[in-house]
Amino acid sequence: MQMPVPNPDILSRRAEIIAALQAVLPAGAVVSDPIETRAYECDALAAYRCPPLAAVLPGSTAEVSAVLKICHEMGVPVVPRGAGTSLAGGALPTEDSIILGVARLNHVLETDYKNRFITVQSGRTNLSVTGAVEADGFFYAPDPSSQLACAIAGNIAMNSGGAHCLKYGVTTNNLLGVKMVTMDGEIIDIGGAHLDAAGYDLLGLICGSEGQLGVVTEATLRILPKPEGARPVLIGYDSNEVAGACVADIIRAGVLPVAIEFMDRPVIRAAENFTHAGYPDVEALLIIEVEGSEAEIAEQLATIIEIAERHNPVELRESKSAEESANIWKGRKAAFGAMGQINDYMCLDGTIPVSKLPETLRRITELSVQYGLDVGNVFHAGDGNMHPLILYDANKPGDLELCEAMGAEILKLCVDVGGCLTGEHGVGVEKRELMHSQFTPEDLDIQMSVKDVFDPRWLLNPAKVFPLDASEARR
Amino acid sequence: MMKPTSEADLAEAVASAAGPLEIIGGGTRKIGADSLGDPLCTAGLSGIVLYEPDALTLVAKSGTPLAEIEALLSKKNQRLPFEPTDLRALQSTTGTPTLGGVVATNASGPRRISAGACRDSLIGVRFVDGLGRLLKNGGRVMKNVTGYDLVKLMAGSHGTLGVITEISFKLLPAAQATASVLVENTEAEAVATMAEALGSPFDISGAAHIAGVTALRVEGLAGSVAYRAEALAKRLGGRVDLFDWQALRDVHAFAEKEGDVWRISVKPSYGPAVATALRGLGANDIIFDWAGGLIWALAPAGLDLRSVITSGHATLVRGSARPVFQPEPAPIAALSKALRGKFDPRGILNTGRMG
Repeated sequence: MQMPVPNPDILSRRAEIIAALQAVLPAGAVVSDPIETRAYECDALAAYRCPPLAAVLPGSTAEVSAVLKICHEMGVPVVPRGAGTSLAGGALPTEDSIILGVARLNHVLETDYKNRFITVQSGRTNLSVTGAVEADGFFYAPDPSSQLACAIAGNIAMNSGGAHCLKYGVTTNNLLGVKMVTMDGEIIDIGGAHLDAAGYDLLGLICGSEGQLGVVTEATLRILPKPEGARPVLIGYDSNEVAGACVADIIRAGVLPVAIEFMDRPVIRAAENFTHAGYPDVEALLIIEVEGSEAEIAEQLATIIEIAERHNPVELRESKSAEESANIWKGRKAAFGAMGQINDYMCLDGTIPVSKLPETLRRITELSVQYGLDVGNVFHAGDGNMHPLILYDANKPGDLELCEAMGAEILKLCVDVGGCLTGEHGVGVEKRELMHSQFTPEDLDIQMSVKDVFDPRWLLNPAKVFPLDASEARR
Repeated sequence: MMKPTSEADLAEAVASAAGPLEIIGGGTRKIGADSLGDPLCTAGLSGIVLYEPDALTLVAKSGTPLAEIEALLSKKNQRLPFEPTDLRALQSTTGTPTLGGVVATNASGPRRISAGACRDSLIGVRFVDGLGRLLKNGGRVMKNVTGYDLVKLMAGSHGTLGVITEISFKLLPAAQATASVLVENTEAEAVATMAEALGSPFDISGAAHIAGVTALRVEGLAGSVAYRAEALAKRLGGRVDLFDWQALRDVHAFAEKEGDVWRISVKPSYGPAVATALRGLGANDIIFDWAGGLIWALAPAGLDLRSVITSGHATLVRGSARPVFQPEPAPIAALSKALRGKFDPRGILNTGRMG
C-alpha cells in the first residue's frame, strides 16, 4: 500500500513542533520518545505500521483546541485516535503526523433519564457507556464486536454498527449531538438533546467522516430502556441458500428480530473447536434473537420457528435458560478470535442486498478456490453486512498480497451486486483505492469538497478515505 | 414550469439555467412563501425503481407520489418507518405530496421517537448539484459507511444543496396491531407521564399531549400490543382507547384556525417551560409531540416566538415572518454557507430559503 511521501520540512522541524505542543499540554501528555511512539504506529489493521512524529494525549476540549491550533499554524497533519481498534487503518499515522489520542477524555458528563440521553467524553469505551446506565435499566444500543475496547470517538468516526442494529440502527441513528474541534482549533457544538437539526444535518455529516472533518471531544447519545428480556434461537441448515431463504421469509412475515447472525461451516467448526458451544456441524447456522416480555418473546419465536421448520432445518434449538442463551452466543462472539487461532486472517466488511446472498457466497467460494486461500463467512444476515474472513499466513512471503488481492475482488463483487465496500468498519487506508469502483470522479469530488470546507489544508487524518490520485490536487 | 422527465434532462435544465431556480415536488410543503426563481418541478421523475420486500428496501424516483409508495408498501404489510407528514390541510395547499418533498423537508411524524426521522431511514440519494452534475451517495443497502454520508445532509436541505432525483429507503414491517393509552392530565404532568412511558420497556411509538389528553401508542404483534397497552394503562392510571395519530401528525387541530403555526424542537423536559413562555407571548394553542420534544404552537400572525427559544429551535411552518428558520450560531452558519458554496457555487438552487 502506498502512502504519501512525508513532508521533509515537517520532519526537520520535529523538535520545534514537540516543544510547541509541550508548552500547551501538561507534563506527560506529549509522547515523543521513539520507543514510546511505537505504541501508536498502527491500529487493529496491524499489517501497516508507521510511528508518528509524536503523540499527544489531551485531557480537555480546551487542550485539544490548543493542539489543533498549533498543528494548524505549523502545517502539521493530525491523526485522531480513539482506542486504536480500527480494522481499516483509520488511525494509521504518517511519519510527519501527530497522533491525537482521546483516551484521557473518558468521563461521563451528564446522565438524563427523563430525556433519555447521556453525554460522555469521546474517549470513553462503548461498553462503559452502557455500564454507566445499566443499573438504572438503560443501555446504549450500538454494539460493535470490539465494544469492550473501542471508544465512542472511533464509533462516531466510522459510524460503527453491531449485531443488534437491525432493530436499533447504527451510531448515526443513536447520536444526538457532539462537541467538536475543527482543524483551526475552533470549538463548535452540533445538535444536542433535542431531536432534529435547525439547519443542515451536520451531525449526520460528521458521523462516519473518519476523523477528517474535526475532532469530536464530547458526544450526546440516545439511551434506551432495557427490554424485559431477550432470547435467541439457533437454527442449522445444510445449505447457505436455504438459510438465506429462511431469513428472507422471516423478514417478509413482518417479524423484526433484534439480530440475525449467519455463520458458514468453516466458522462454525472453528468456533465450536474454540468454545465448545455445542454447535452442530452444518453448512449454515443462524442465530436469531428477539426481545420483549416473556409473552412477546414466545409470540415472536413461535412465528420464527414455524417459518424455520418449513425449510427443514438440520437442527433447531430454542434457548430455555440464560445459560443456554449465553452458550448460543458464545461461539458467535468468539468467532473472529477462533478463526485467528487457525491462522492470520483479513476481515472484510462489504454489504450486499440480502437477495444476493446465495449468489455472493457462491462467488466467494469460487474466488477461494482460485486464490487458494480459505474463507469463512460470519455476518449480520438481516442487513446484508458480510464479514468474509480470508485466511493467510503472514510469515509466508506474498501471502498477504494475495489475500489483499482476493479481498479487493470480493469487495468489488459486493459493489457489483448492488452493495458497498464497507458496512461498518470504514474505508480508512484499507479500502481507499477501491473507492473508484463504487464512486465516479464527480461523486468523490463532492465528498472531497466537504473536506475542503471543514479542513481546507487537508491536515486532518491524511491519506484516508479518498484514493491518493483523486485527492492529490487538494493535499 | 420546467418539468423534466429524466435525470439527464433535469441535469441539463440546471446546468443551462440562466438564473435562480425554485425546486418543486408536489408543492405541498410550503416553507416560506417567497418566489425564489424559475420553477423546476421534479414530478416528471416518477416511478418505483426497485422494491425488495425481503430486503426491506425501496428505491423510487423523487417525483413519485407519496400515496403511490404507501399503497405499494401496504400491500406487502410494510411501511416507511418515520410516518411522513401531510401538511396540506394545515398549509392550505392542494398538490400531490412526492417522495422528494418528504426527503427535502425531512418530514417525520410521531414515530420519530422510536423509528427515527426520515433521515434515519434514508439510505441513498441521487441528485443534481448546482452545476448540473448528476451525483450519488449511499446506495440501496441499509449498512453503508463507504465515504462521507451526504445522504443525511440532503435530508432536510430544502432543495438548497441539490435537486434530488432518486431515493432509497429502508423499510419496516407494518404493525399487525396498534393500541393507544390515554391519560387525562395537564401539560406540566404530561411530560412526566410521557417520560415515564418512554423509560419503560414497552416500546412506545408515539407520545403526544393535546387538549388535556396525553396519548401513548404501542405497535407490533397483536398479543404483544395487548399486553403492553394493558400494562402501560395500569402503570400510568390511564385507559386503552382510540386516538387519531394521523390528525396529530398532520396538525389538523390548527388547520381551520387563524394565525401563524410554529414548529419548535426542544429537549423534551423543557416542553412545559417553553409552552408557558409561548403563552406569555400570546401563543395559547399548543400541542406536544415526540414526548414534549416537538411543540406545535398557534400564534397571532406576525409574532416572532424565537425570543423565548433559548435551546433548540423554531421553524415557521405557516405565516409570513422572516427568517423562516432559526438563525444558527455563527460558526455553524459559516459552515452551512460554505457547504452551499460547494454544492451550488452559482447560488441558484432555492437561494435564500435556508439563510
